[in-house]
Amino acid sequence: MNNTENITPHSKKRPERTLDIVNRGLARRYRAEQRFRLYGLSAIIASLLFLSFLFISIFSNGYTTFQQTFIKLNVFFDPEHLHQESLATADYQGLVKRSLGSMFPDVKGRSDKRMLYGLVSSGASFQLRELVLKNADIIGKTQAVWVPADDDVDMLIKGHFDREAPEAERRIKDRQLAWIDQMESEGRIKKKFNRAFFTSGDSREPELAGIWGAVVGSFLTLVVTLILSFPIGVAAAVYLEEFASKNRWTDLIEVNINNLAAVPSIVFGLLGLAVFLNFFGLPRSAPIVGGLVLTLMTLPVIIIASRSALKSVPPSIREAALGVGASKMQMVAHHVIPLALPGMLTGTIIGMARALGETAPLLMIGMVAFIVDIPRGFTDPSTALPVQIFLWADSPERAFVERTSAAIIILLAFLITMNAAAVVLRKKFERRW
Amino acid sequence: MSPTTLLILLLGLSALAYYVGRRRAFAVAGGGAGIKHLHSRPVYYGALTAVWCGIPALLLFGFWLMFESSIITHLVVAVVNDIKNLVSGNIVSGEVDPVMQAAADHYRSLQATSTAALAVCAIALAIIGIVAVRAKIAPTLRARNVVEKVIKYILIACSTIAIFTTIGIVLSVLYEAIRFFKIIPVTEFLFGLQWSPQMAIRADQVGSSGAFGAVPVFLGTALISAIAMVVAVPVGLMSAIYLSEYANKKFRAAAKPLIEILAGVPTVVYGFFAALTVAPFIRDTGSHLGLGVSSESALAAGLVMGIMIIPFVSSLSDDFINAVPQSLRDGAYSLGATQSETIRQVILPAALPGIVGGVLLAVSRAIGETMIVVMAAGLAANLTVNPLKTVTTVTVQIVTLLVGDQEFDSPKTLAAFALGLLLFVVTLILNVIALHVVRKYREQYE
Repeated sequence: MNNTENITPHSKKRPERTLDIVNRGLARRYRAEQRFRLYGLSAIIASLLFLSFLFISIFSNGYTTFQQTFIKLNVFFDPEHLHQESLATADYQGLVKRSLGSMFPDVKGRSDKRMLYGLVSSGASFQLRELVLKNADIIGKTQAVWVPADDDVDMLIKGHFDREAPEAERRIKDRQLAWIDQMESEGRIKKKFNRAFFTSGDSREPELAGIWGAVVGSFLTLVVTLILSFPIGVAAAVYLEEFASKNRWTDLIEVNINNLAAVPSIVFGLLGLAVFLNFFGLPRSAPIVGGLVLTLMTLPVIIIASRSALKSVPPSIREAALGVGASKMQMVAHHVIPLALPGMLTGTIIGMARALGETAPLLMIGMVAFIVDIPRGFTDPSTALPVQIFLWADSPERAFVERTSAAIIILLAFLITMNAAAVVLRKKFERRW
Repeated sequence: MSPTTLLILLLGLSALAYYVGRRRAFAVAGGGAGIKHLHSRPVYYGALTAVWCGIPALLLFGFWLMFESSIITHLVVAVVNDIKNLVSGNIVSGEVDPVMQAAADHYRSLQATSTAALAVCAIALAIIGIVAVRAKIAPTLRARNVVEKVIKYILIACSTIAIFTTIGIVLSVLYEAIRFFKIIPVTEFLFGLQWSPQMAIRADQVGSSGAFGAVPVFLGTALISAIAMVVAVPVGLMSAIYLSEYANKKFRAAAKPLIEILAGVPTVVYGFFAALTVAPFIRDTGSHLGLGVSSESALAAGLVMGIMIIPFVSSLSDDFINAVPQSLRDGAYSLGATQSETIRQVILPAALPGIVGGVLLAVSRAIGETMIVVMAAGLAANLTVNPLKTVTTVTVQIVTLLVGDQEFDSPKTLAAFALGLLLFVVTLILNVIALHVVRKYREQYE
């Protein structure tokens, strides 16, 4: 307004009005508007790009794991080395070596032989042992057996190693390359579905390592978490929402719940280490301890979700129940909770999904150990899926990069399923009052 | 009898108790027609019996399991010491094995005794409960009121778990931290410039000074969190603004859940992504530009952490922007402001307290984030603010100090708890301030 008064005396011919000033600035302001809008859009596009980049990088690294390179050996189950009484402890490694040697009879010398034997995974001898133990009749016969190739061969076949690189920088030497090419031309090398990855536990050898142990560990941990956190969370929410009068005590509880929801997860790990392991003397690395720690972590999530589900039940339902003579407890148990249950379940699934992806507190309570066996109970040592990812990510072998990505794909698949279930549940039972 | 079997047995007994109580109620009422003479419905008599059968026995079961292991260990240690005292005078050390064997046998027998005693006590308690309540059941017994009262106490107990968790965190971290501060003075920990927690096992070992000055660790945490916030705040805020003010319904319905996926991805996945893809990319770009970038640079970890926090900032800001009343927007439009001017000069200032609260929550999350930095940031505690260098953070140090074998008397292990205490206190303060600000803000427009 002041500007107008200052300008008007100078331009005598045609008195300038506010509108002119507005019009003059309009183009600039519209450009600013466009720019601002563009910033917003690019922010969204940037985050979506990050997301797709993340997923593409994981998937492109991981999908090859689902196939594994196998080598076909013609194994002669030599009765000279396989005695009936000591079948379980016979020299199966030697069997593998002899089969390889018979395929390349001109390989002489210690180091050459070692290179040749290195093409086949150390798991091959276990496979032969199982074959013999299952069916002793094959002793004395020759049979073609597909055995897993060593992880370096696997990486080469999958194209992760550069064949053209100088020999000194290559994990696969020139001679080995020649043997592999020869076997490939004979049809002795094939990629097959990688069953071991889905059925076995951890291993130092990438080609033998699987995620089943970690999946079972995660499952046991989540079972403990669910059994404890769902009833306790719902009970706490019901008390706070339906029974508690507003006073200092409930205020304190509420502040605590909100705060616990934002406490770093690793602090819960410290709590688990100091209280559950050192004070109560529970076993290390056990799913039960992991479940307890994750329960404390997910409780706030479940309580908050359950409370909002209870809040959305209209008061008329409560009044109607009380009106026909129900006690307060009957009103809650018979009418309010059934109506709020879908919301509570949705919150619980989301809490479980978060617990499934949690790593840091599990590291603190020792679920990070190298465990080959599949856990069979809540007190057996075990790891969890995200911890397995962390362990493999630390391993130097190139083949473990692939396995880590594949394990991540599995983990994400579980998470997506759980979240989708939550969305479906919400859609199906969502009620507008 | 194993604890699991006992637990199942107790639950079975409670179910039986329910049945017994309910039948007894029918009996005292004189059959189905007499139910109206009962004070409560028969199920409540059943529930009352089940409660008195199950709860005392289960409580005993819980406490027993909690303290069994430590008490037995205590007993065995006492015995072992006795034996040792006995033998130390006249038996050579080569024959310790039988002593150990005796102690092990003793331990085993104690454990067996304890399990058996637990089973007997718990089952006896449960049966006493059933019998006692069954005898008391009469038409005038106010079963419903008692059952509801018990349930209410259970609800209250459940809601106090949050408080006990907080107390547990504070006590467990504080206890070890105090032990640490008895060895290393607080001032040295808070203001020392040298962090190398590896203690010397031998006196002549190299690089084992055992210094516990945590300033480099704090600085590293601050640096990585700052980088994360530089990424997350503008991107998160701008996408929230676009989604709530500009985008049409369809776009919003598609983009919002997609962005929220970023929040659902586990942190270990981000850590792997940072270590495998982002860090090498930054290092290679840096070396093209002639910069010496460490392969575990703070930039890589911070950048990825920022991506992780984007949905956190954006969904909170979205809430607060939507909470600004439409009347404020209409007022600004009627004065001729463009949409962006309205946003910048009216909506953002109005939503600012809430956004600040949200950003504080995001900072607290960045400080406490563990897996990304464990996998992508380094271990070396450099006193630097150069984002291209390696720095370490509080959470990384906690993990490296505590993973693996621990002895709870070395300052190295205790230092982790001191760092944990600090982490807890800092995030607690940030959370309390943020929650307070957010709450105040919400009330303002309600």
